Amino acid sequence: MSVLVFLEHHDGELTKGSLGVLAHAVALGDGDVSAVAVGRGPLTVLAAAAGKFGAAKVYIAADDSFEAPLPQPRVDVLHEVVRTGGYDTVLFSNSVLAADVAAGLAARLDAGLNWDLVDLVLDNGTLVGKRPALQDSVLVDVGWRSSHRLALFRSGSFDAVATGGEARVEDLSVQVQEHSRGARIVSQRLQLNEGPSIEDAEVIVAGGIGLGAAENFALAEDLAAVLGGAVGATRAVVYKGWYPHSAQVGQTGKTVTPKLYIALGISGAVQHKVGMQNSKVIVAINKDPNAPIFEFSDLAVVGDVHTILPELIELLRARKSSS
Amino acid sequence: MKIAVCVKHVPTGRLVVQTESLRLDRSGPGELNDVDKNAIEEALRLKEDAGFEVVVISMGPEPATESLRTALALGADRAVLVSDPAASGSDLVATSKVLAKALEREGADLVLFGQQTSDGGGALLWAAVADRLRIPFVSQAAELTVAAGMVRVVRETENGYDVIEAQLPCLVAVSDAINEPRYTSLKGMMGAKKKPLEVLTLADLGLDAGEVGDAGSGTEVLGLGAPPTRANSVTVEDDGKAAQAIYDFLVAKQLA
Repeated sequence: MSVLVFLEHHDGELTKGSLGVLAHAVALGDGDVSAVAVGRGPLTVLAAAAGKFGAAKVYIAADDSFEAPLPQPRVDVLHEVVRTGGYDTVLFSNSVLAADVAAGLAARLDAGLNWDLVDLVLDNGTLVGKRPALQDSVLVDVGWRSSHRLALFRSGSFDAVATGGEARVEDLSVQVQEHSRGARIVSQRLQLNEGPSIEDAEVIVAGGIGLGAAENFALAEDLAAVLGGAVGATRAVVYKGWYPHSAQVGQTGKTVTPKLYIALGISGAVQHKVGMQNSKVIVAINKDPNAPIFEFSDLAVVGDVHTILPELIELLRARKSSS
Repeated sequence: MKIAVCVKHVPTGRLVVQTESLRLDRSGPGELNDVDKNAIEEALRLKEDAGFEVVVISMGPEPATESLRTALALGADRAVLVSDPAASGSDLVATSKVLAKALEREGADLVLFGQQTSDGGGALLWAAVADRLRIPFVSQAAELTVAAGMVRVVRETENGYDVIEAQLPCLVAVSDAINEPRYTSLKGMMGAKKKPLEVLTLADLGLDAGEVGDAGSGTEVLGLGAPPTRANSVTVEDDGKAAQAIYDFLVAKQLA
């Protein structure tokens, strides 16, 4: 097995998701693991970080034209690395960008792509992926028949464990294809965090339409404060302007994996679920006993957030002040 | 100008896996995939603004014609179904091969996909199709405008919004945030019966059975494993003691 990991990075830092996938690939213990980072240079700091998480070799494709987070130029870079480096397995941690890169590379290589995986194991030398299916009611074992094997993991599937080490760096110069230059980003509206970042929070209290009004987010904030956590929101409430986009959890928001996720008045649509389903413990409060979120909650509370929360906050505050 | 919308016929209601084949049971009733309605709506909006032709394309067994009729009833001009027993069991790469061939045959200026399918198809197919067609693509589109041989897309990402321009021909995958799909009308449904619906085989597209379907797929399902954790969840109906129940739960789990 000859493994290549796609490294995604923001603001000069590798994402926790791609470091987790890298660390897991190294832990499989079947040969050296390489990684590739694409972006505007210099990216040497990323190579050093990847080395600490076990990458033996890091390919760096640094160019100003790679600054925009567009998938198609990255497909060209990965295709070149796979071709010249002889890699048979390419791993990705899911994101808006990585999903598009993985699927594009699958077509380019005519390779099998298994996605939404939560684990990857070697079973007597055969690579087997684990994919939850049907509202996570079953876990499906999936494999590959193609000569190249591509896998896309749910964000947060693996803990990023640093083992220490130093990666060899190979600089690449890749000529991207014409159609890969056909799209360009003309502007970006980055929405910066206001308040504690939900990506690093161990506890997230998230609110949905069921909170009823923007001002009721104060309840979510109070609960988050007493638990030492951050506040998240669904896309629906961000659209309504009840809470900033930086707090949005879901497919078009952030993917989070806290120790505790408390969902307040959130139905649990797929859009939201993919962003939080890997949280260690999920508590959901919703008036609707048929809300889909209850299907993947550890504690499902059928009731009204407006009556339950003030009392819960008081109980937790009392415990905090007595300890 | 021509817009092609790729759509999928998905099982209605709760999904079931066949125990023998480990494939999704598609024998029951089906319907047009939800987000595909947003893609159709966007195409119809462009059609109404600028008079484009809208063709809907799907791959699947014969019942998929129902979803194509729905698309025609909504206002699409034509429909194409690629239906061939040998295409059954196609995974992402195999399906992308079939759709790319069907799209090449149409030569559309703009190809639209709906982001996400409700049957677990994964939010990925368009990227593979675009790579085969060698055209630019943009996913997660929350706004779309077409002018002067270009598309302008507002894309939602984890960190905010990107405004992206791409040259036609290109492919755009839309999210359900882009519009509110219209409903089918009785008049539309009557009219749909008269609109052309073409059914193609793999041979019509110049594809060999071995290139697609199960034989042409790079992935396989090996077996069903144990259900993931969180199976032993607890449900509490609030009778005035829910706050205490949550508190006890958090304390027991050492989370408070």
